[in-house]
Amino acid sequence: MNTDELQLYREELKCNFKLLDEVFEDCLEEALRLLSEQGVKDYLDGASLVCMIGRGVEPVLVYLEEMPEIAHRLGEETLKIVSQAVWSMSRSPNGKAIISFLQSLPEAARRLGSREQFQHYLDIVFDMMERTSGSIHGFHTTIPSPGLPDLLEQMPSLLNQLSLEGLKNWIEYGIRNYNDHPERQQDYFKLQTADSRAMLQRERHGTLFADHQRKLDLYLQACWRDKDHLVPYSRGFDELRKPMPYYDNLGIRVPDVYDDIETADGVKVAALDRYRALLAHMAAHRRWTTSIFADNYSPFQRQAIETFEDSRVDYLACQQYPGLRKIFTALHPVPDEFDCDPENESCIRHRLTMLSYAVLNPAHPYKNPQIVEFAKRFHEMMQQGAPTTADIAKLATQFITRTRQKADLTANVYFKDTEIDYRDDNRHLWLYIEMADEEEMFLEEKPQEPEEPEDEGLPPRHYPEWDYHSKTYRPDWVSLYESLHPSGDPGDIDKLLAKHSALAKRLKQMLDMLKPQNYVRIRYQEDGSELDLDVAIRSLIDFKSGTTPDPRINMSHRHDGRDISVMLLLDLSASLEETPEGCEQTILQLSQEAVALLSWAIERLGDPFAIAGFSSNTRHEVRYQHIKGYSEHWNDEVKARLACLEAGYSTRMGAALRHAAHYLANQKTDKKLLLVLTDGEPADIDVNDQRLLIEDTRKAVQELDQQGIYTYCINLDSNIEPGADDYVTEIFGKQYMVIDHVERLPEKLPTLFASLTK
Amino acid sequence: MSNIDIAQHEITAEPFYQQQENEIALYEAAYAARLPVIIKGPTGCGKSRFVEYMAWKLHKPLITVACNEDMTASDLVGRFLLDKDGTRWQDGPLTTAARIGAICYLDEIVEARQDTTVVIHPLTDHRRTLPLDKKGELVKAHPDFQLVISYNPGYQSLMKDLKQSTKQRFVGLDFDYAPAEVEIGIIVEETGVDEDTAGKLVKIGETARNLKGHGLDEGISTRLLVYAASLINQGIRPADACRMALVRPITDDADIRSTLDHAIDTVFV
Repeated sequence: MNTDELQLYREELKCNFKLLDEVFEDCLEEALRLLSEQGVKDYLDGASLVCMIGRGVEPVLVYLEEMPEIAHRLGEETLKIVSQAVWSMSRSPNGKAIISFLQSLPEAARRLGSREQFQHYLDIVFDMMERTSGSIHGFHTTIPSPGLPDLLEQMPSLLNQLSLEGLKNWIEYGIRNYNDHPERQQDYFKLQTADSRAMLQRERHGTLFADHQRKLDLYLQACWRDKDHLVPYSRGFDELRKPMPYYDNLGIRVPDVYDDIETADGVKVAALDRYRALLAHMAAHRRWTTSIFADNYSPFQRQAIETFEDSRVDYLACQQYPGLRKIFTALHPVPDEFDCDPENESCIRHRLTMLSYAVLNPAHPYKNPQIVEFAKRFHEMMQQGAPTTADIAKLATQFITRTRQKADLTANVYFKDTEIDYRDDNRHLWLYIEMADEEEMFLEEKPQEPEEPEDEGLPPRHYPEWDYHSKTYRPDWVSLYESLHPSGDPGDIDKLLAKHSALAKRLKQMLDMLKPQNYVRIRYQEDGSELDLDVAIRSLIDFKSGTTPDPRINMSHRHDGRDISVMLLLDLSASLEETPEGCEQTILQLSQEAVALLSWAIERLGDPFAIAGFSSNTRHEVRYQHIKGYSEHWNDEVKARLACLEAGYSTRMGAALRHAAHYLANQKTDKKLLLVLTDGEPADIDVNDQRLLIEDTRKAVQELDQQGIYTYCINLDSNIEPGADDYVTEIFGKQYMVIDHVERLPEKLPTLFASLTK
Repeated sequence: MSNIDIAQHEITAEPFYQQQENEIALYEAAYAARLPVIIKGPTGCGKSRFVEYMAWKLHKPLITVACNEDMTASDLVGRFLLDKDGTRWQDGPLTTAARIGAICYLDEIVEARQDTTVVIHPLTDHRRTLPLDKKGELVKAHPDFQLVISYNPGYQSLMKDLKQSTKQRFVGLDFDYAPAEVEIGIIVEETGVDEDTAGKLVKIGETARNLKGHGLDEGISTRLLVYAASLINQGIRPADACRMALVRPITDDADIRSTLDHAIDTVFV
């Protein structure tokens, strides 16, 4: 290209930065090579537009450098699309993000691969930008999006792990939950918060370990009679050093996610099978490998021993389960025999991997006499008897000695195709002599001091919360702290019961009717276990006197028992301190009386029964207070806790329901009843959207329903119109009762219970 | 009671039974002393087959009762029925066995309620009698009569157990799935598949038995392995036969299914 032509093109680019002149020629050459004539024109027009936004030379440079490749890959329309996108971004308060935006494009183009997908990507970014840009006066967007630069910075690694759909969901989640909190939004998009990572994990493509943990546990148990703690590690966040699977006495470490893969020959291996292959390999080590001392071997010898030992346990595993060979072979890399240059590179890994493949697959392509010979010797050894780890180590050292090359010691190690996916790092194989001689061993062997028991209550439990916008759960969103309710004077409760002694008497009569009568005779059955002689004789008389006899002359028996466990969940939020109109007591005091009577009644019936109270102070602190457990009787300790009820904070009901349900679900009764006593709708101070907690509670009730728990709400909210479509109907369906005259609660609650369980 | 057709209870053809240890000799000794026997073991391990075989070997009629929750004492002992002349007594299987001197086999005895179980008590000690209180008759057991009960200690709940007073009337035999080689032999003998296939089936059976208590109440029984082999004999692909006979019936748990399916795929390549 001559100078004139170059000059012509340079004039078309309306941008006068000096810096441009230095790179212009190179960029243009690439553009001319990759783009059509019209494309080059659009390219220069686009660059001129990017120049006009007035953000200095940097954006123009990135545009000029990156766009030919992108346009070539996705079509030349992208030239315009991108320059227009940059232009409109510059008209928003988010000009700062332009460079990161442009820099994210090549990766996006490479990953997404089509123009439509690319356009979707731009839409997602712009949608995020618009929704997170703040406004002060209502219509002007004046505050830049806090998270956008961080998001764009993370983009290459995000695109690496997420599909476009997943990316969208992940961004959506961040916008929805952190739109009014700029610092948190930044942390989210920098992938620094726990929920950000958790969301990312959930949206990742591939097969998550977490979804299949039980299957893998079962696999170990069933096929290998092995059992250990499987601990996932993440491969998403370590870019430099890729962690490998391993096991030690703390458990088996496996990657948190595997993708399905297809090998060069078109063999597909499902991710679950990759996990199983990995576990099979490790289980085989655990079964057949004995540790040997590392100190007597050189690093190369150790490497060889590891490979031979891997091959040995694979061989034994395949003898047990021949089908594993297919999976192992598919997962094993096949290094090209002549790809490694033994003069200049250290081919040690290359050789060992070839040998390992040759051992695994008899139809291997290798001609190298040593590889062939040692593969044969390996098989002979395996067939002759059961060689141990030590026997195989001898063969391995011979292999190293025989195949030694000059360049083995160079730092330039051949790595391509030498990583075997399903094998662990063999740390279990080695013992070190020095360890025992060192003095710190004495320290290590000391039994650990028993840790001081913490008396701060139980560690928090995390529960998800349902987000009705996205129809997904927010993982581990709510922290719930369970503690024992403080105690007061049990005498107070006895006094309350004495006050209601007349009511108690009536209840007692009612309860006697409910008491289980175990063996009940059912008469008048056509089919039954025994003849009911009275009826039979009457029938016979009827028959003989010519009238139609009653055929129902048998009787049978049935068991009639109550098999129900009950959980009473008390709302202890601040509103319970109110005194309703026309009452002398607060709702809390009334509830106290009602619960006392109910507990007394249930104790008489003998149903398993527990009481707990809950309140919440933002999602980080849901308090769940234990008042009575299933194994406790209605005694002074429980009464003392009940006597001391205190109200405070808000009502985050979903987490409390889920927690109560996990206790109730462990009860071994046929029927499970969860009673919720509350005076208002679910709410919390960190939630602006009123519907969110209502929807979450509704979801929680549905979950409980699936677990076979019947939830029933006793509502003391005086604002609810009877029959109106209110939040109670929405959450509990028909399973609720609104008590209008709160002062009658002590009387209502036990009768309600009785009628529910009749 | 001459109208009982004893022949229908007799076992004419020799059932195939593979002795595992010395249980045949033990049983014969117990029978010689007319001691009641309790046989314990997981489902499908050959308990019923064993009793059948012993009845054949001893040339005694066999009356089998499958017990269930709704069974009452009168289902065992007998009851009054109505016919055109009024009421008529009908012997139950236990009474019949006591009269004709058969081996009475109560299968899965713990399924029956405890109040039902006690009616066997007078038959199982030195008295060897069965009082029919409704009829006012005391049946003296035939000298050849013997009572055998079976139960599966595996899946029963805490609620279902025999009373001590019942347990202590029996001598016991413990059964389990046969060791691999014997089980292979059983499958080959029962179905005629080759030994290699039988070996693979047993291997799959073992993997499932390892899962007992991890979501499976019972491992794959020998009976199911025989079923699978019969399906293979019908020309079905082994892996399909295994899925149909070994996996689908025993569990609805998706994870366990997937694990067993995988085991099948790695064993039958």
